[in-house]
Amino acid sequence: MASGEIPSTAVATFGRMSARRLLILGGIALVAGGMFLGDIFAVFFLHQNGRLQGEALIAATRAVAAQNPTAMKDIFAHLGGILEDRGTKVDAHVHMIDAGYLALLFALLQPFVALSAPGKKLLAVFFITGGVLLPVGIFLIHYVGLAYSPFSVIGWASIVADSAGALLVVALLGEAWGLWNYARGRGGTAEIDSPHENSWSRRILLSGGTVLVLLGFLHGAWYAAADLYRHEEQEATILHVMIDEAAAKNLPGIANQVTNLGNLAGEKAVNIAAHSHIIEFGLLAILLSFIQPYVSLSENWRRRWVKVLLMGSIILPLFVLLELKFGLVAGGIADFGGLMVIIALIGMLVGVLRYSGTLDAPSGDAR
Amino acid sequence: MSGARKLLIFGGVTLAAIGMLYGLYYAVFVEHQTLDSIGGSLDASFVHAAEGRLPEAHEAIDTYAAVKYDYVRQVDVHSHWIGLAMLMIVLGVAFDRVRFSERIRFWIAVAFLAGSVGFPLGVILRTVNRGGVFPSALAVGGSALVIMALLAAAIGFARQMRPKL
Repeated sequence: MASGEIPSTAVATFGRMSARRLLILGGIALVAGGMFLGDIFAVFFLHQNGRLQGEALIAATRAVAAQNPTAMKDIFAHLGGILEDRGTKVDAHVHMIDAGYLALLFALLQPFVALSAPGKKLLAVFFITGGVLLPVGIFLIHYVGLAYSPFSVIGWASIVADSAGALLVVALLGEAWGLWNYARGRGGTAEIDSPHENSWSRRILLSGGTVLVLLGFLHGAWYAAADLYRHEEQEATILHVMIDEAAAKNLPGIANQVTNLGNLAGEKAVNIAAHSHIIEFGLLAILLSFIQPYVSLSENWRRRWVKVLLMGSIILPLFVLLELKFGLVAGGIADFGGLMVIIALIGMLVGVLRYSGTLDAPSGDAR
Repeated sequence: MSGARKLLIFGGVTLAAIGMLYGLYYAVFVEHQTLDSIGGSLDASFVHAAEGRLPEAHEAIDTYAAVKYDYVRQVDVHSHWIGLAMLMIVLGVAFDRVRFSERIRFWIAVAFLAGSVGFPLGVILRTVNRGGVFPSALAVGGSALVIMALLAAAIGFARQMRPKL
C-alpha cells in the first residue's frame, strides 16, 4: 500500500474511536511506555539495588559473626524492602508491556469478536484503562505502603492495581464471550478483517519476528540444559559456605561469598532477561507486522523503522548477555538497543496517528 | 478458517485459559505459603547460625533450596503456558502466510500444540518426580517439538519473500 492510501475496508476496520483503533494506539503506547520504564530502571536503579542487597547480606553475616540473632530480624526486613523495591519496578515494566501485547493481539482478533460496536469499544476502553492503571498501581506499592489504608495488609496502591487487574479480567472475559459467539456462528455483528497487504515491511517483521522467537527458544533450551541446575546447586553451596565463614568470623571469606552470590545472581538475571526479551521482541515484531497497513508513512520510512526495531531487538538481548564479560559498556549498548526499539515504536505510532488523521479529516472520502 | 489456524487459535485460547487458571490456583492456595517458606528458611538459617546452631542453619538452607526449586518451576510453567498460548494465537492469525501445503501446515500446528502442552507439563512433573526419566523426556521432547515447529514456520514465512513462479 502506498503512503496515505486508504483502503476501502478502512472505515469498517479502523473507524473513529473504534475498538480496533483504541487497541492499536493504546497497545503500541503501552509497549513503548513499558520499555521506556525498563530502560530507566536498568540505567538508574538495577545496579544500585544489587549493591544494597549485597550490603544487607554482609550485615546479616556480620550479625551471625557477632552472634546477634535479634539484629537479624531488622536486617531481613530491610532486605525485604530492597527486594520489594526492585520487584515492583520489574513487575510494573513487565505488566505494562504485556498489557500492550494483549491489546495488539485483541486488535487483531476484533474481526472474530461477535459483539456490537459499542460493546467492543467499551471492552477496549476497559482494557486500556486497566493496562495503564495496573503498572501504575504496582509501581506505587513500595512508596505508598499502608498509608491511610482501611485494611491491615493491603495498601491503596495494591487496591488500585487489583482493581485494574479486575478491569482487565472483565475485558478479557468480554472478548472471550465475543469469540465464543463467533465460534457458535453468531458472527453477524463482527467487523470485516483488516486490510491485506504484502509489503516488504510486513513480510520482514513476520519472518524476523519468528526467527527472534526461535533464537529465544534455542537460548532457553541451552540455558536449561547447561546452566539452570548448576546455578541452583551453586546458590545453595555459596549459602552453606557463607554460613560457615560467618560462624568462623572470617570477614574476608564472608565478603568473598557475598561477591560470589552477587555474580551468580547477575549470571542468572542476564540469561533470563536475554531469553525473555528476545522472545518478547519477536512476538512484538509479529504483532506489528499486522498493523503495517495502518502505518501511514512512505515505504522508505516504514522500512527504516522496521530495520531499527529488528536491530534493537537483537542488540538488547545480545549485549545483555555480554554484560557478564564486558560490564557496563555492554550494559550501555543494551540500553541503546532498547532505545532503538522505543524510537521505532514511536515512529510507527506516529504513522498510525497519521493514518487516523487522514481517515478522520472532514475532506477525506473515507468518512 | 483452515484446520491449522483453528488448531492454533482455539488451542492457544484453551492453553492460555489453563495457564491462567493454574496461575490463579497457585497464587491463591500455594504461592504465599511457598514464599513464606523461602524467606523464612533463609532467615532461619542466619538466625540459627547467629545462635551457634550450625547443623540447623545448614538444614534451613537445604529447605530453602528445595522449596525454591519447586517455586521456580511452578512459576515457569504458568508463564510458559501463557506465553506459548499467545504465540500460538498470533501465529494462528498469520498462519495462512506460511507457504506450505495445508497438510504440512496442519502438522506444524499439531507439533506446536503438542510441544506447548508437553514441555511445561514435563517441567512441572519434575517437581513431583525429581530426576525421573519421563518428566525430563516430556520436557525435552516438548521443547524440541516447539523449536521444530517454529523453525518450520520461519521457513514458511521466509518462502513468501520469494516471488511466486
